[in-house]
Amino acid sequence: MKKLLALVIALVMVLAATSAFAEGLLKIGYVQVGHESDWRMANTQNYYDVFTEDAGFELELIDCDNDHALQLSKVREFVQKDFDYIVIDPIQTAGWDDVLKEVQEAGIPCIIADRSVDASDELYTTAVGTDMTAEGVTAGKWLEEYLAGKAAKILVIEGSTGSSAAIGRAEGFNKVAADHPEWEILASQDGDFTQNGGQAVMEDFIKRFPEFDVVVCHNDNEAYGAMDAMDAAGIKYGVGEKIIISFDATKEGLTRTLAGQILCNVECNPIQAVIVKNVIEDIQAGKDIPKFTLVPDEGFCAPGIESALVTVMTDEVLAARKY
Amino acid sequence: MKSVINWLKKVSKKPLFLPLVSVFLVLVINLVYDAIQGNYVFEFLKFELKEGALYGRIIDILNRGSEAAILAIGMTLVVSSSAGTDISVGSVMSLAGSLCCMLLAGFGVTHVRELGELQMPIFVGVIAGIAVAGLCGLFNGFLVAKMKIQPMVATLIFFTAGRAIGLLLTNNKMVYIHLEQFKVFGGKLWIFPTPTVIAAACILVMAIILKTTSLGMYVQSVGINPKASRIAGINSVAIILLCYVICGLFSGVAGIVATSRIYSADSNNIGLNLELDAILAVALGGNSLGGGRFNLAGSIIGAYTIQAITTTMYALGVAKAQAPVYKAIIVILIVVVQSPAVKAYFAHRKAQKEGGLAVAGRS
Repeated sequence: MKKLLALVIALVMVLAATSAFAEGLLKIGYVQVGHESDWRMANTQNYYDVFTEDAGFELELIDCDNDHALQLSKVREFVQKDFDYIVIDPIQTAGWDDVLKEVQEAGIPCIIADRSVDASDELYTTAVGTDMTAEGVTAGKWLEEYLAGKAAKILVIEGSTGSSAAIGRAEGFNKVAADHPEWEILASQDGDFTQNGGQAVMEDFIKRFPEFDVVVCHNDNEAYGAMDAMDAAGIKYGVGEKIIISFDATKEGLTRTLAGQILCNVECNPIQAVIVKNVIEDIQAGKDIPKFTLVPDEGFCAPGIESALVTVMTDEVLAARKY
Repeated sequence: MKSVINWLKKVSKKPLFLPLVSVFLVLVINLVYDAIQGNYVFEFLKFELKEGALYGRIIDILNRGSEAAILAIGMTLVVSSSAGTDISVGSVMSLAGSLCCMLLAGFGVTHVRELGELQMPIFVGVIAGIAVAGLCGLFNGFLVAKMKIQPMVATLIFFTAGRAIGLLLTNNKMVYIHLEQFKVFGGKLWIFPTPTVIAAACILVMAIILKTTSLGMYVQSVGINPKASRIAGINSVAIILLCYVICGLFSGVAGIVATSRIYSADSNNIGLNLELDAILAVALGGNSLGGGRFNLAGSIIGAYTIQAITTTMYALGVAKAQAPVYKAIIVILIVVVQSPAVKAYFAHRKAQKEGGLAVAGRS
């Protein structure tokens, strides 16, 4: 038994020695939410692409698979191993105070990325993330530009009730809609962020509201479902027809924007690592950094539409899309 | 007048009376709503031909209720024979769809847009999907019939693992098959929505089996008393096993339909919570979840009743997040009216009225 123990200890020491960091590399610990969507995987890949050894970093990325407890324990592990920076993409907003205090007491700069925490901003160094409300505003502003003062009847297929994306996107869009008395939001129903949900909601909308001009879907999957339902009812969409607006701008979604089906698609940008890297470099240089840095979201519109607000889709834009 | 009352009394004793009344109630709610709104009163029942297919709310109910109806067939047999429920059907649906799409597209491929990109003929993928669902059923049946594990515990295994296996098969991604030949199972066949046709075919096959063989009688007999049935010469283990396999196969069929609707394997969402609808359908159909006697037609009507309630919620513009509350109220009403206690109460009152001996508890 003793021999076995000694062997194990020896093994651990060897492993620890081999994993000891190379000279001069900044050790970055990142606790990732999981791998639940193409979006999340693109976000993970982006961290691997940016925080390379050539760039002077040693990245340890933990896929926490939606396990909040695992995330907490991994952050504590980073503290024990004395990492240079800890980046947290929090699975849930609550329950972070104690761990954040421990990180602070250890004197390690802590960056909250992508999602947000429900804790005093004294407890972390800075935050980097997207703004769902801004995405809604972008969609609304594009519609304003496209309609150019024309009246419109609008249907909304929301995301899962209570999700931050659904709340933010609705809030942003409604903010713009409030300035337009000629717009009328006929109805808004939860489509669960799924294609099946979007289709079922649209089947109902078509029967209740024979006359409408715009469908706003809170993600691409809902938009596919809405398109299927409209196809079945013989309703046309595209330039000069019914207007479909969507969010997420995944590769498949943008394919349909390029095809002129989804007229406007606003992304939620997963390419966040560069911004995190800039923030870290600013901290290293001793510069003053803001408490929050926004990851800019881009909007895309179908070819044949002129827009000063969003990018017009081309084959090149689609080819550059990784997720 | 008297003959009408007598007719009503006679009809109300039929096993299908209450399930049919439930459907009728839901329709009345819609008629009243349309009347209040100033719409055409029979708006809800109206259907027409559009884009070469039947179109209307009533068609939506028949179409979207297909998966639950198909599941309800297998669930009825499982409930009857083993006095327990198969809670894995929703996850098994998802697994069947994921396997089918993975085989068609090849591992790791997320989009198939050309017929030439398919790794195998569509029917092979579909059959493989249904077959793996049948295997899941066999596994569940083995645990329940042979190992004597409680049905809910036994089927809990695939309830949790089914989706996870599906995600492994699809490499954690959604696999799209953008082909009309694949979309047909969730699309339309001539003027009918294909899911409706598939559901009708499943119901027909089961009805013929029950009519021409003694399976129905064996299943009920095993459900009432497995020991006595065995002594009477019925292989209880084989019967229960068979019921679970049938339930698995039908889950597979429902899974293919659900996958074809969205022409993609969405392991996380296909068949989500549908096991609850299937169990509720069996209960709404007037079947006892304690096993024994069953009424297949009742379960199927129950499944469409649930869909009718869902479609009604949409039509009334109830927010989806709040819809379950209203759904629950309607379900409470229907279940209470059908409950043995209420039936016994009415039987008791009737007996008192007729001045005879009050025979409570017998309905």
